[in-house]
Amino acid sequence: MSTTGVDLGKVWAPGLLLIILVLLATLSLYAPAYTVILATSILMYIVLTVSWAIFSGPTGYISLASAAFFGVGIYTSAILGMALPFPVVVGIGGVASFMVAFLVGALTLRLRGIYFAIFTFGLVELIKHFLLWYEINMTGTRGRFVVVVDNDTIYYAMLTVLVATLLTAYFIRRSRYGLALQSIGEYEEAAAHIGVNVTAVKVITFAISGLFMGAAGAIMATRWTYVDPYIAFNPLLAFMPVLMAIFGGVGGLHGPVLGAAVFAYLEEVLITRFPYYYMLLFGIVLVVVVLYLPNGLVGLIQEWRKRVPGGQHANT
Amino acid sequence: MIVTILDVLIAGLLLGGLYALIAMGLSLQYGVARVLNISHGEFIMLGALTTWTLVTAFDINPLVSLVIVGPVIFAVGFVIHRTLFKRLLASSASPGIFESKSMLASFGLLFIIQNIASIGWGPEIRGYSYLAFPVHLAGAVFGANRLVTLGFATVIGLAFYLFVARTRMGKAIRAAAQDPATAGLMGVNINQVLALCFGLGAAMAGIAGVLISMSYPVHVTMGLEYTIIAIIVVVLGGLGSIPGSFIGGFILGLIGSIVTYIDPGLTLIAYYLIFILLLLVRPTGIMGK
Repeated sequence: MSTTGVDLGKVWAPGLLLIILVLLATLSLYAPAYTVILATSILMYIVLTVSWAIFSGPTGYISLASAAFFGVGIYTSAILGMALPFPVVVGIGGVASFMVAFLVGALTLRLRGIYFAIFTFGLVELIKHFLLWYEINMTGTRGRFVVVVDNDTIYYAMLTVLVATLLTAYFIRRSRYGLALQSIGEYEEAAAHIGVNVTAVKVITFAISGLFMGAAGAIMATRWTYVDPYIAFNPLLAFMPVLMAIFGGVGGLHGPVLGAAVFAYLEEVLITRFPYYYMLLFGIVLVVVVLYLPNGLVGLIQEWRKRVPGGQHANT
Repeated sequence: MIVTILDVLIAGLLLGGLYALIAMGLSLQYGVARVLNISHGEFIMLGALTTWTLVTAFDINPLVSLVIVGPVIFAVGFVIHRTLFKRLLASSASPGIFESKSMLASFGLLFIIQNIASIGWGPEIRGYSYLAFPVHLAGAVFGANRLVTLGFATVIGLAFYLFVARTRMGKAIRAAAQDPATAGLMGVNINQVLALCFGLGAAMAGIAGVLISMSYPVHVTMGLEYTIIAIIVVVLGGLGSIPGSFIGGFILGLIGSIVTYIDPGLTLIAYYLIFILLLLVRPTGIMGK
């Protein structure tokens, strides 16, 4: 890559980010209500995907527990929404998910590879079925109503959580701590040998990723007005962050953001245009992405950039 | 009291036979072909709904459907492995990467199969009546269809075990399960064997689907629950161990039947709890090394 490209990148990247942030922060002033609602969904997916990537990106542990942490946030909001102000509820939702993730992480992070993936998926189903059983047998009702919050507030709450998620993800990557995570992903035994407290690093990172998912869940609950265990613990949301991150490219931070943004928009278009075939198309996209996009959109862009200017020089 | 215990035990065996068959199919796909096939249950659903159509629209005996569904779903599974998973295997740098990629791809398959089926069959719950007369068994009463289910599940399970343990092809399968690279060097056509295993696994799911449709109502979204049960049984029995899956199926069936007797709403929760405890205490399962 040429040096001018790097210099340009250094100047342009923060500027571009600032412009995007200003555009997003003023969205409700110039955009119609529909755009604000759509943007909220997109931001939600970015929060979920980036917080998934905080843990699973560097370590390579495929977590399917996103749906569980998101659902814990949703139920917190449903239970406390009437009693407490909105920001407090969102905070508690995040903390509740943090604690669940901490507990789950401490119990299970010694499982490797596919076992961890199966376990986390089992967790989603376990919580869902337990809540169903509890609601039917103990409270005698299924589902709950959630206090309604207006769309602009939901949007700005989600934007705040997103900024917090991105900043956390960025600083974790840049810190010693991020390096420790990276080394765990590359060779866990070696990481332990050079003095990384493997268990503590994994558990805390897993809990942090749960924190943001829970907060996002607590916010989204107020938009759905009615939730039951099937809505709150939707297995699709266990796979969505994984798919979106892979779609974008798991390596860095921009991959998951790009993947989530593009995919969430695509989802909206597919749902409105082809409501009956949406899930079918989703499956096809999933298979095609796994087959043909091993490094995601970011990998595709990099390859394309490598090929276009001065590509011949690199080869000779 | 004794009659109740017998009731629960026999119901557990009947359920366990089905679980064993489903889990043996998944054990082949995961233990040998290394594909944690999340779409396993969709092949069960295909078998069940195809049988429903054959029985209600063409008046074909469900046992005849067994002979039709088995080979057809085998062919589908074989082709899926030859096209999709073979490609993934070639492009994956390590077995670990292949495992996670193939799991995600099989999740995509789940959506594809389920939604194509839902376009064809719709969301209704289907069922037909076959051998629905009561049979008295040591004081307990059961539908004849369930006994047929148990009989076929056991016979197919044992036949399959003999195939893997005694035949030349079975030896190739076991070799591929232990070490695919070395098996390839010893002259095993590894791609053929892996595709065969995936196809056989799918066929067993399809056959289980036919048997399920004889005694339970069936619908398009029935698959995932069976997939999860199959995963639990496979982990319980020990990954890659076919006798382990067979025995594990009966154990889980018994547990399921005991819990159902106490509170039907808790059955799935009990399965997950067993699964989670198992993963934490003994992730290699009862027959694992």
